[in-house]
Amino acid sequence: MSDAPLLVVDGITRRYPGVVANDHVSFDVGRAEIHALLGENGAGKSTLVKIIYGLVQPDEGRMLLEGTPYAPAEPREARAAGIAMVFQHFSLFEALSVAENIALGMEDPPPMNALATRIREVSAAYGLPLDPMRLVGELSAGERQRVEIIRCLLQEPRLLIMDEPTSVLTPQEVEILFRTLRRLREEGRSILYISHKLEEIRALCDRATILRLGKVVASCDPRACSARELAEMMVGSSFTQPERTQRPFGDVVLEVKDLDLPAGSPFGTSLRNVSFKVRAGEILGIGGVAGNGQEELLAALSGERTTAAGAVRLDKEAIGRLPPNPRRARGLLSAPEERLGHAAAPDMTLTENAMMTGAVRRHLVERGFLRWQAARRFAEEIVQRFDVRTAGVEHVARSLSGGNLQKFVIGREILQAPRALVVNQPTWGVDAAAAAAIRQALIDLAEKGVAVVVISQDLDELLEISDSFAALNAGRLSEPRPTEGLGIDEIGLLMGGVHGAAPASRNGAGQEETV
Amino acid sequence: MVTLEKRPEPSEPWRWLAPLLAVALTLVAGGVMFALLGKDPVAAIRMIFWDPLFNETFAAYARPQLLVKAAPLILIALGLSFGFRANIWNIGAEGQYIMGALAAAGVALALYPLDAWWLFPLMIVAGALGGFLWAMIPAFLRTRFGTNEILVSLMLVYVAEAFQAAMALGPMRNPEGHGFPGSRNLQDYPAAHNAELVAGTGMHWGVVTAFLAVVIGYIALNRHLFGFQVRLTGQAPRAARFAGVDADRLVVICLGISGALAGLAGMFEISGPSGQVSIDFNIGYGFTAIIVAFLGRLHPIGILLAGLLMALSYIGGELAQFGLGVPAAAIKALQGMLLFFLLGVDVFTNYRLRWKPGRAG
Repeated sequence: MSDAPLLVVDGITRRYPGVVANDHVSFDVGRAEIHALLGENGAGKSTLVKIIYGLVQPDEGRMLLEGTPYAPAEPREARAAGIAMVFQHFSLFEALSVAENIALGMEDPPPMNALATRIREVSAAYGLPLDPMRLVGELSAGERQRVEIIRCLLQEPRLLIMDEPTSVLTPQEVEILFRTLRRLREEGRSILYISHKLEEIRALCDRATILRLGKVVASCDPRACSARELAEMMVGSSFTQPERTQRPFGDVVLEVKDLDLPAGSPFGTSLRNVSFKVRAGEILGIGGVAGNGQEELLAALSGERTTAAGAVRLDKEAIGRLPPNPRRARGLLSAPEERLGHAAAPDMTLTENAMMTGAVRRHLVERGFLRWQAARRFAEEIVQRFDVRTAGVEHVARSLSGGNLQKFVIGREILQAPRALVVNQPTWGVDAAAAAAIRQALIDLAEKGVAVVVISQDLDELLEISDSFAALNAGRLSEPRPTEGLGIDEIGLLMGGVHGAAPASRNGAGQEETV
Repeated sequence: MVTLEKRPEPSEPWRWLAPLLAVALTLVAGGVMFALLGKDPVAAIRMIFWDPLFNETFAAYARPQLLVKAAPLILIALGLSFGFRANIWNIGAEGQYIMGALAAAGVALALYPLDAWWLFPLMIVAGALGGFLWAMIPAFLRTRFGTNEILVSLMLVYVAEAFQAAMALGPMRNPEGHGFPGSRNLQDYPAAHNAELVAGTGMHWGVVTAFLAVVIGYIALNRHLFGFQVRLTGQAPRAARFAGVDADRLVVICLGISGALAGLAGMFEISGPSGQVSIDFNIGYGFTAIIVAFLGRLHPIGILLAGLLMALSYIGGELAQFGLGVPAAAIKALQGMLLFFLLGVDVFTNYRLRWKPGRAG
């Protein structure tokens, strides 16, 4: 590493009403360094990189790029200075080809043929296979990310910012990505890597800056720290990791048999022939890359979409045709992935959100009239039992941080004493301490003899808490296997769809409408 | 530079302040408009908003008119507000109003000259049913075939108007009317007449029903599962589905309620203030009620106040036309301003202004 750092961030402060997102943040990124920016949700990582990328202007502080003052007023200036960014959420047009998408993001795009050639060169050079002529709509999440990365690499950046890049990738795709990032480092480029997946950071990064509540609280060599130490620096206190317990399983509570469901939206995935059984006290983990039928599976179990009656059974009763509330009455509860707008109504208070799904089992409605007092008590119980940080249950759901709202959503279902609980991405975008609390709550629930299904893209999570594991790929589910003794490579293959079935095409939806 | 920034939570003070500020801004902008038209702005505003209530010469006539005009607006707007909250857009209340009136008048005229106490209640039922059934057409088409209820309900207004003209010229024409179009006047038909309950107040059964509907609407919105489902569907449709709300059923109920209330409004109007089925007895209450619903921010109490305010502007507007020669279009513009400013000021309930110092690149 050469002497002067590439980027120096000095005393950056950015205030929003009621919160200081960045409070005199100072750190530097060296040349040819992969630098991790680590912190819980709401710690200020996003604001900080938006400032570096010119999307947000700081209220105070300054930055130096190679020793000269650097204050981008807009992303174009940042790109001109050699800084590129890959966002967590892709901004791609599905109906356009890879090359067309890349051309759209360029100041002065070359002719399409020349661009396609450049894309092929870059993708070959960095081991990121990608056909420039394919439509983005046909690409997997991992391939879409490659489009974004190659779009950045074409600018020959000196600093590449990556925001949570692995959240949508299979383990194999993560490996490919890491190889690319290491090669970029060898070329002398620097990478600012944002994540809260600690193992990744330990495997990849040279240095880590840890943010908490907008301030830099520590800086360390992640290879020399344990994941636990990193997590505790992030959270600022120690917390207990959930512990998986050996417990006996009872009878089958939830059974899904030959479940077929057409996709709910043009870019959704049809479920084909999905079958599994969950026994009392068992946690079934369902892994898979996003967009392989997770939402459809949750909708089929929650009752938002109905199926053949016998495709879903609870305690042997065929309930596939029942809408959500009769299923709740029988004890099948669920929590969808999207907190704002699906699991919870953003502009409604916590009390109203407690009423939303709790009405049936907590008897919050009497002859059509709402028992607001009871709903309020229920909401307060959730807040208290699940340590939801809020100024009160009369505040609207969107005023809560992601992790706190997630605790509320999961707690709301758990406190209704389910027979079976289905959750999708229970700890998505949730800080480490909250995630640990949610996982522990799910394990505790299983201890009480509840059948639990956890749909998640976080493999570490599934390995940590689930008793059996199955992978969802292109709408098909692999045979569930005991998690004990399952290796990460094996899981990766399951997720990639190598489980006997012929590779199914995505989006084959509307053709086979079942009535 | 000034930017709008979303508030973490809607501001409670602004919720109350916004309508007041909107009225104030309307008075100022309206005054400017009248001044540009060469009228004395203070006199014009005074004549529109003050004289109908407090001027000795006009108030005796105008005060009862206030209730007469406000009642149908409130009744219809209240019905619409539930659907609007749930993103179900019944734009055809005018048609449902007409069909309710025709159904009620049809019952009364068919039984003429019956003298029975139960005729009036029967007309109420017929009126509500007429509006309800007319609203079921867009409801059925939307739930069964996915048609757009905005277009269907709106087009059905014109169908209803044609039907009304056919009735006034055909089956319902007054046999003793010397060939003139129009039915018998229900005001001269004691059992069917929706007379003033207290002479000189404008208070009739429709006004009573409107006030009652406001109370029931308030309870339904805040204390009943139906109101909760309506709000949930409007704010977060996916969450509503997850919570077990049957979207199709809600469409039918919301359109049904708004249709029935519009039909009721039509019934009370035809049997009282209007009296006669003519080719044009409807005067646009069904459309004005849409403005009233939004002006009252889809809240029952707000609609009550907005309906009274809108009725006031109509009556005062007429006074100003006669008294000061203010053009009718200027009165409409004033009503438009009111809605415009309300929606404009409303932004500050959810957003706030943030001043950013200008930066050099």
